[in-house]
This record gives sequence, C-alpha cells and structure tokens, in this order.
Amino acid sequence: MAAKLVVTPGQTVGPFFALGLDRPEWADMTRGSPAGERIVIQGEVRDGDGAPVPDAVIEFWQANAAGRYNSPEDTQTEKKLDADFIGFGRAATDAQGRFKVTTVKPGPVPGRGNALQAPHINVAFFARGLLKQLFTRIYFPDSPENASDPLLSSIEDDSVRRTLIARRGEGGAYRFDFILQGKDETAFLDL
Amino acid sequence: MAEPPAYARARPGTQPPYLYPDYASTVKRSPTRPLIHFEHTLSEITGPSFASDWAGPAATDLTKQHKGEPLGERIIVTGRILDEDGRPIPKTLVELWQCNAAGRYHHPVDQHDAPLDPNFTGAGQAVTDDDGCYRFVTIKPGAYPWRNAPNAWRPAHLHFGVYGGGFVTRLITQMYFPGDPLLQYDPIYRSTADEAARLRLIADYDPDLSEPEWALGYSFDMVVRGREATPFEADNGR
Repeated sequence: MAAKLVVTPGQTVGPFFALGLDRPEWADMTRGSPAGERIVIQGEVRDGDGAPVPDAVIEFWQANAAGRYNSPEDTQTEKKLDADFIGFGRAATDAQGRFKVTTVKPGPVPGRGNALQAPHINVAFFARGLLKQLFTRIYFPDSPENASDPLLSSIEDDSVRRTLIARRGEGGAYRFDFILQGKDETAFLDL
Repeated sequence: MAEPPAYARARPGTQPPYLYPDYASTVKRSPTRPLIHFEHTLSEITGPSFASDWAGPAATDLTKQHKGEPLGERIIVTGRILDEDGRPIPKTLVELWQCNAAGRYHHPVDQHDAPLDPNFTGAGQAVTDDDGCYRFVTIKPGAYPWRNAPNAWRPAHLHFGVYGGGFVTRLITQMYFPGDPLLQYDPIYRSTADEAARLRLIADYDPDLSEPEWALGYSFDMVVRGREATPFEADNGR
C-alpha cells in the first residue's frame, strides 16, 4: 500500500470566524416540512472560569425522524429518506455564550454489531482557544433506548454520562450546556 | 448491515493538542478529562453532502464583491481536497475567511488600529469539482497583532473549513505563506509537533499558477482523514 499522506493539522477558528462561518439560517435544520417532532435545543457554553464563551460555533449532524442519515453511506433502505431534512446545522454563540438550534428529534440508528443507538445528535464544537474541534453527542432524557445505548453504557461515572443527556428546559425546549472544564465538564469523545 | 469502515485516527504528533499553554486561550478552554474513545458507527462515518446547492452560491472571487477593487496584493489560491490515501474529495464545501491587506477583519470585535477596506469583506465559499479542486481569487492578508503575549503578531493566514467524506473528517485549519518570518514565533502554527504535518499548513508559491500582469499563484492542498483498513482486516488484526 502506498504511504499515507499526513492529514492537515487543525487550527483554531479564532475570534473572527463569524465572517466565514456564521449562517444564522443554518441554526434551523427544519427547512421545509420534515417529518417528526420539531424540537428546540438551547444552552450555554462556559469556560474553566465559568465565564460565557461568546466565540464558539457548534455543528450538528443527525439522522432524520425515521433514524436514517441523509448520506449514501446509510444503506437502511427500509427507512425513508426525508427530502426536507439534510440533517446538518450550525449555530454560533451570542455575546452571553448562548446558542439555539431548531431541528426534528432523530430516530434511533444502528450501532456496531447488532446494537441499537439511542436517538442522538452528533456535535463538532469549535471556538477560539480550541486548536481543533471537540466531538460530543446530545442525547434526550425521554428515550427508552438510552438504557442500552453503547456509548452511554460505556461510561461508568453517572455524573459524566449525564453531561451527554439534554434536560427539559423552559417552554418545552431541551437544554444542553457545553462546559469546557470543571465539575460539570461535558464528556468529549475521541473519535 | 455490514460494519461501516471507520476513519483512521491521527498518528501521534500530527494534530495539535487541546492544551497548548503557549497559546494562552487553550488554558481555560481545553478539556481536562480524558476523551472517551468510541469506535465509529454510522453516526461518525456519514456526513453532510454538498452536491446539491443548498449551501448557497459559490463566492470564489473575493476581489469582486464590492464596487471597487480592494487594496493589496492580488493572489490566486487553488488546490485539492484529498484524503490520506490521495483520493480527491469531490463536491465538498470549502469555506474561506480572512483579514484584509492591512491586517484588519471585517468584524466588530476586531479593534486593531489598521484601516478597513470598503471594497473587501474577506469571506468566500466553493464546492470542489469532480477532481476535488477548488480555486479562489483574493488579496494577500496582512499580519496583525494579538494579545496572546506582549508584541505578538499572527503571520499572514487564510482560514479554511472543509468537510471531507464523514462527520469525523471535518477540518478547520489555516493556510500560511512560504518564507513568513513570523511563523517561528506563532504558537498556533507551532502547536503541531510533527514537522511534516506542520509544513502542510504552508502553501507553495507556484509560478505556473501566477497570471502575468495580474496575480500571484499559490497552491494549497488540504488532506482530510481517510479510511482504516477494511473492517474485515481490522477485526482479524486484533
């Protein structure tokens, strides 16, 4: 096999990424009328001092309500693709470190082997001060599949596992905070 | 369903760490708990496609976005998006943002005492062609001071974001210019330990890309993560 090329190193988005990356319309992933339960997820981003992070940008990737990704790599033909749902979104934080994204609740998707993964949204997180993205997932508090989800089940410390599960917040919205350091530090993934 | 072929993980030293104290902003923003290792599933290997035009129209000439011509040195920046095995990534989104020739971003937070250019915003986007190629026309950005340390200056750079084939191939990086004396002092550039990986961040000047009496040409390929060996082989190797 030919020698592999070395992958380009990540470099921070810096404080001025809004110039190229802030697309407020991408914070609503429900363009059109996709099937499924329309949901809002909102929260705050805080650093190791508990200070709000006003220069973070968060990307979301998820399956549709039936549990199928809008990607040729997802060959679950028994589940319908949704022409009105790409499954990708992006939201930047405001001056108070808050973000908000509107989407539909994803269905469960297959894991490795015969495992089923509980409904979740995949997250890539960027900010000034991060040389490359952080990965994490957002799960939902009301999914019965959480109990057997391979990722959640692999985390022994309940206080760590809990950081991956959104809470019910004000007005029916889900609440999910990104805590970069400290007691309630969000569980980030090595993918 | 067959096990999806996972993406390969970075070789040691070829990506920057989260905590790199020379870049002061990493100190309060890098995770302190070990990351949770997780084998790739459909969630990691799928990713957004930009083959349809949902991401909006191309904006590849940053010198033609206003009434007049921006000030500065006109440049052409072109290259390919490849995976580790050298395979081009067609139809993937490339986003670009940068400061102007004086070193000032068109952004309210940037208070550097350098002039804004009414003819330059500094943002563009392209979708790669079937060979994984992109091409932008822009202005060479200026160096600018930042408060990381006393008298610290960022080397001239373009910010690039690309996606690649899956959710985990996402790459946001910066492109630097060959021979820049500021590179050796820049902690963001220096944060990657492996020299071959670091050099990936520096564009090549290419006289064949320069256009006579008009613009200097630089080539800059970006390499995203490629696939591991087939799952069958990987499973047997354990």
